[in-house]
Amino acid sequence: MTTVAAASHTAHAHHDDRSFIKKYIFSTDHKIIGIQFLFLSLFFLLVGGFLAMQIRWQLGFPGKPMPGGSLLPETMAPGGVILPEYYIQLVTMHGTFMVFFAIMLLLVGVYANFLIPLKIGAHDMAFPRINMASFWSAFAAGGVMLASMYVPEGAARAGWTMYAPLSAREDLSGAALGQQLWSVSIILFGLSSVLGSLNYITTVINNRAPGMTWFRMPLSIWALFITAILGLLAVPVLAGAAIMLLFEQVLGTHFFDPAAGGQVLLWQHLFWFFGHPEVYILILPAMGIASDLIANGSRKPIFGYHSMVFAICGIAFLGWIVWGHHMFVSGMNPTLGSSFMVSTLLIAVPSAIKVFNWMGTMWRGNLRFHVPMLHGVGFVAMFTIGGLSGIFMAATPVDMFIHDTYFIVAHIHYVLFGGSLFAIFGAIVYWFPKMFGRMMNEGWGKVHFWLTMLFYNMTFFPMHNLGMAGHMRRLYDPNIYDFLKPLQPLNTFISISAFLLFGSQIIFFVNFWWSMFKGKKAPLNPWEDNGLEWTLPSPAPHGNWETPPTVYRGPYEFSVPGMSEDYLPQTKKLPTDREPAMTPAHGH
Amino acid sequence: MAWWLPAQASTFAGSIDKGFLAILIITGITFVLVEVGLIVFVIRYRARPGRKAHYTHGSTPAEVIWTAIPAVTMVILGIASNGLWVKIKGRSSVPAGAYTIGVHAKQFEWWFTYPGPDGKLGRVKQSLIDKTSNPTGLDPDDPASKDDIVVRNQLHVPTGHPVVLYLSAEDVIHSFYVPQFRVRQDAVPGLEIRVWFEATVPGNYELGCSMLCGMGHYKMRAQVFAHTQADFDTWAADRAAKAKGEGTS
Amino acid sequence: MTQAMADAMRPPFPAERGLDVYNKKLGMWIFLASEVMFFGALIGSYVILRFGAAGDWAKPGVVLNIKITAFNTFLLICSSVSMVKAYAAIQDGYPDKLRFWLLMTILGGACFVGIQVFEYIHLVEHGFVPSGVREGSELAEMVAAGSLPAATMGLYGSTFFTMTGFHGFHVTCGVLSMLYLYVTKALPGKYTAQDFAGIEVVGLYWHFVDLVWIILFTIVYLV
Repeated sequence: MTTVAAASHTAHAHHDDRSFIKKYIFSTDHKIIGIQFLFLSLFFLLVGGFLAMQIRWQLGFPGKPMPGGSLLPETMAPGGVILPEYYIQLVTMHGTFMVFFAIMLLLVGVYANFLIPLKIGAHDMAFPRINMASFWSAFAAGGVMLASMYVPEGAARAGWTMYAPLSAREDLSGAALGQQLWSVSIILFGLSSVLGSLNYITTVINNRAPGMTWFRMPLSIWALFITAILGLLAVPVLAGAAIMLLFEQVLGTHFFDPAAGGQVLLWQHLFWFFGHPEVYILILPAMGIASDLIANGSRKPIFGYHSMVFAICGIAFLGWIVWGHHMFVSGMNPTLGSSFMVSTLLIAVPSAIKVFNWMGTMWRGNLRFHVPMLHGVGFVAMFTIGGLSGIFMAATPVDMFIHDTYFIVAHIHYVLFGGSLFAIFGAIVYWFPKMFGRMMNEGWGKVHFWLTMLFYNMTFFPMHNLGMAGHMRRLYDPNIYDFLKPLQPLNTFISISAFLLFGSQIIFFVNFWWSMFKGKKAPLNPWEDNGLEWTLPSPAPHGNWETPPTVYRGPYEFSVPGMSEDYLPQTKKLPTDREPAMTPAHGH
Repeated sequence: MAWWLPAQASTFAGSIDKGFLAILIITGITFVLVEVGLIVFVIRYRARPGRKAHYTHGSTPAEVIWTAIPAVTMVILGIASNGLWVKIKGRSSVPAGAYTIGVHAKQFEWWFTYPGPDGKLGRVKQSLIDKTSNPTGLDPDDPASKDDIVVRNQLHVPTGHPVVLYLSAEDVIHSFYVPQFRVRQDAVPGLEIRVWFEATVPGNYELGCSMLCGMGHYKMRAQVFAHTQADFDTWAADRAAKAKGEGTS
Repeated sequence: MTQAMADAMRPPFPAERGLDVYNKKLGMWIFLASEVMFFGALIGSYVILRFGAAGDWAKPGVVLNIKITAFNTFLLICSSVSMVKAYAAIQDGYPDKLRFWLLMTILGGACFVGIQVFEYIHLVEHGFVPSGVREGSELAEMVAAGSLPAATMGLYGSTFFTMTGFHGFHVTCGVLSMLYLYVTKALPGKYTAQDFAGIEVVGLYWHFVDLVWIILFTIVYLV
């Protein structure tokens, strides 16, 4: 951007004469892009949920015609009864949509985009047009993935982990075009992710307002920054693997073909080398957001801010050397099993540090249970369970028994739903006023939270028991096995709980859409928070600030002794504050 | 109890379950500390008029304590677990004199090859596999394969005597899994993978495939018969005689 | 780079110092980090597959034409040199020299791609394809005669075409980007000694692409 163009840009910060298309459709404004990601990802969250309902129908009521099942084609569910080949598409696509298009986009696509410039005091992202490209490539990727479900032979069906050779051989899986489209979609998604990471990293390093030093950044931004680095380095490996898989199918290559010297385990190593940093991408932003929500709700500084930052970095670093714990029984060298066990057990430590620091934040606080705080505390409570169940998997001999069982499914959903999704719900409510200028309904928010908490635990906690009893994953009909027959009542209980859980989300969606148009108009700083974003009108104008604000302190100065208010915004200058030491402003 | 760990029917099932329970106790204590702590804080520190939060940025001693205790616990857990891991899956873990059985996994069934009276498994070649006449690809040029017995979906093992399986997969990844033996090992195309166990309790069990292998994955089930040594010897002799009488190997 | 030039390319509003590298350049370095991981995955897989393969690998030069590719490598290296000259030219304030050297770089890159395409066509005609060796082709006869190892030709084709294909794709993207900058900025004289971020940034990309090629040429063609 040349100096001349920049000056005219900031001079026009309040005079926004962009067309409707440039303002809302092909927008380069990070806030609009964040909202676009929000609509896109909430849509995919629903898609993933619908697929889960079908999975639970089959497991709860095996072989029975599903309500609405007659809408499905005869090749997938004749008379509404789900077929095995359709069932494995359901589990595959549920995982795929939820991991990539729901959680990743909700945490990173929405909140990295929306929050980073606002919370560090920047006008926008470093590369606004690349940011726009990141959204539209995610949109295209989602479209391709959706389309893959409607091709004649159906969608990919080797699990979201896509192990070769099943994923590579259409003669063995039955999925041809659907599988290829999965790979294409992932490659497009990878591009979107890298373009996004590029922006987030550059913006955080270079575009922080004066006084916004590294250790005055909110933990949400630290987490999103570190997550962006993880994504930048891990997602290209997935893209490479997806390309190899696609070539295996359409060009007849032999990467994973043992008959021609290829190696089956190569896919697993590539996938999990990406896959493990990926799961930290799925949780770190949620942890960062939870920190912001809990500090605000507790009216106290975050306990151990520096430890929290180092824990985020520690998790991110260790995340690169644990991937083999997904492969303990894969046939890889058993010595690797020992080394991966050590690194995996160690990664429990920074997560534990964070849980204790969240508790420390609440200790002797003055706790306000607004809806975001409920979700923050809920996050800690549920993530703890998910994290603890991970320890069973880290111990290799025990993992031999619980690998590929519902114990793993319980773990995944405790960290992704109880963890990430609770934080996401909290974030949506918290920053809703900033996005739309209105508040979501508090009462219905609380109803949604408690119903979700109840039905979510009823759905996923018993899965630990299923796993302990030996119930394998991805089974169309567990009743084939005598040892699993006694578990059918538990499966049915889980399914009914799941239906009630899904139904409860209607409350959230109605609240969300209704409040966007009819919600109470939001005050300037509804949560009495210290972040920079709350000094701007809601919704914030294009370009955010005419001149960047100056930051005098960290983001968690709540209940400072001697102050009349129990919060102290980062930009409020006190007589005792000095101006930050800065290089002179240029341009303008 | 249907909702708990299955019955133990192998020598290392007990050790694995002990490990599971040890972790359950450690995580259980942590769980109670955290969840009860959260509930106590939520009640005790809720906002009330006139209250103020205690302004503090943290406590270094607290950080040290709650870093050190988890770290030490994890290290101990790792050391304790590694011994068992090496014993079960290590390079030299297979006990001497273990009875060898070949296990060939394919969509969607299990083929077992027993060594017959000579006690040795014959060589197999993927290229020799024929669905009807030679499902495991037994090589007729290898003298050891002459008396091998090939059985579909039935695993027979003795109790009180270690058994080592040589896993192979024909098409995609499958996984050999018998819950009561606490044995799980993936069968990977292109690799021959060893897994051993020693059954302790005679009975009928089930073998399940524990890696998504296609649309028939859910029904890739085999029967497992754990016999007393005497009964096992009888069964093996019976099968050998039958095979000889039929002139098949 | 002068301090004035560095200042001109920083955000035109007060900001924390960050890494003292302006946005576009920092962005390109970060992007290149992701490219390292991408090529690392492909090249790493090649190494694992080749050195884990049971049989011998085809001897260098039997399937691939080392002479032509060596020339091509030389061409790409020359284009990196011309890129450096283009950068130096505008840094010293000579927009006409910039235009010349940038054009040379574009032509060098385009020729590289052209020669690669020619090579691919040649290889496919002789029977070397991503799945290995095409039945009934000239190379198939060599395999039958024993001058090429049957067991690893499938992997050879798979890894060769994937790695060099994606490299070629990256070179093409580089050529197109440079062409775009040439036409929209260099030709109308929009680059000055105070503002030539685009040249520096595309130069970084170009040198990276060249470096990847040197690695590929060594481990795929020569070893």
